[in-house]
Amino acid sequence: MNSIHDMGGMHGLGPVVPETNEPVWHTSWESRVFAMNMALGAWRRWNIDAGRHVLERMPAADYLRASYYEKWLYGAFRKALQFGLITRAEAETGQPDPSAPTATPPLAAARVAEIMAAGRPTIRIVERPPAFAIGAAVRTRNIHPSTHTRLPRYARDKNGIVAARRGAHVFPDTNAQFQGENAQELYTVAFKARDLWGEAANPRDTVCIDLWEDYLAPA
Amino acid sequence: MSGDHDHSHPGGHAHTHDGQNAPSETALRVKALESLLVEKGLVDPSALDAIVDYYEHKVGPRNGARVVARAWVDPAYRTRLLTDATAAIAELGYSGAQGEYIVTVENTPATHNMVVCTLCSCYPWPILGLPPAWYKSPSYRSRSVIEPRAVLHEFGLDLADDVEVRVWDSTAEVRYLVLPERPPGTEALTEDQLAALVTRDAMIGTARVQAP
Repeated sequence: MNSIHDMGGMHGLGPVVPETNEPVWHTSWESRVFAMNMALGAWRRWNIDAGRHVLERMPAADYLRASYYEKWLYGAFRKALQFGLITRAEAETGQPDPSAPTATPPLAAARVAEIMAAGRPTIRIVERPPAFAIGAAVRTRNIHPSTHTRLPRYARDKNGIVAARRGAHVFPDTNAQFQGENAQELYTVAFKARDLWGEAANPRDTVCIDLWEDYLAPA
Repeated sequence: MSGDHDHSHPGGHAHTHDGQNAPSETALRVKALESLLVEKGLVDPSALDAIVDYYEHKVGPRNGARVVARAWVDPAYRTRLLTDATAAIAELGYSGAQGEYIVTVENTPATHNMVVCTLCSCYPWPILGLPPAWYKSPSYRSRSVIEPRAVLHEFGLDLADDVEVRVWDSTAEVRYLVLPERPPGTEALTEDQLAALVTRDAMIGTARVQAP
């Protein structure tokens, strides 16, 4: 969707302000928000793409105003609500529905390190061979879905060269809608900065973007 | 349960208006959510403690620095790191969430690499830990792709016009590690001493590694 999250190439968002000796978290609530998001994910009610799409639908003004972990707090509430882990009444009152049975958390403390170290692979074995070879000239599609996509606006309808093939990965556009994994080849496509941004860009510079096959057509 | 899906209330209870509010208000909302989730049996508070501990103590940029230092001293390891980074990094014991597929991109005198995620905050957690605030900021996400040299200048890194700047936008589940150039004059240093020189920003590509 063409929402505020798709920021590549925007102006007016201020200077980059690095912080010296930045801690992992600035307050303890940030760490709890992070951990709650991870632990709720263990319910497997949503996938990473559906989770990202929840944040993309945060109202744009709120998205810009919120700190990073305020966005994650919003995401934890919205995902728990939208995917049926909590009810609206519970979200509003903070009190569990007394008629609902108490669940058993799927993620136990003893298994956290093992599960984090395992990750959640997105590569799949597929029949369909990759359509493009390394070095192939491709053009990105001019698509503007109102649902989730990982083809950034700044790279739509642009010419690039396939720089690498990364294997068949779960396709976010369908996975976020729970319409199937639709795994397909993922390519790293190199774009000349001038093809993206015009003559003001340095002619040597490139931007490399990871793009699924369905985003690409032969150039 | 899908009947509970709520599409009619986009802000929801978690609607955040607190850019200017006291942080304690957010802290209270977080506490309320945790209490609710714990009471419902949806999360185990000791698992939350374990997750916090894991990302505070088990992962972080020291992991990536060890990878870089090993690549500097061991040419065979360097080759493996550049051809199959995920496996080479796993040799040192680092793997997992947000690092399932890692690719190393090598800085040279002719090419400078820098990494961004314009769409969210993708970052190689197992080797760099959780990203710093600036990496996740609208400013870095918007500007890195359109004016990388201006961003690098603000980090104190000025590149000659004939150096290619290659920006990697992490739009999928591939995560990128920049292999910085080994600084001159470090031939006598041990692997551990070299690792101590390697900064997080150098592995994102917004800094060079400086000689001691």
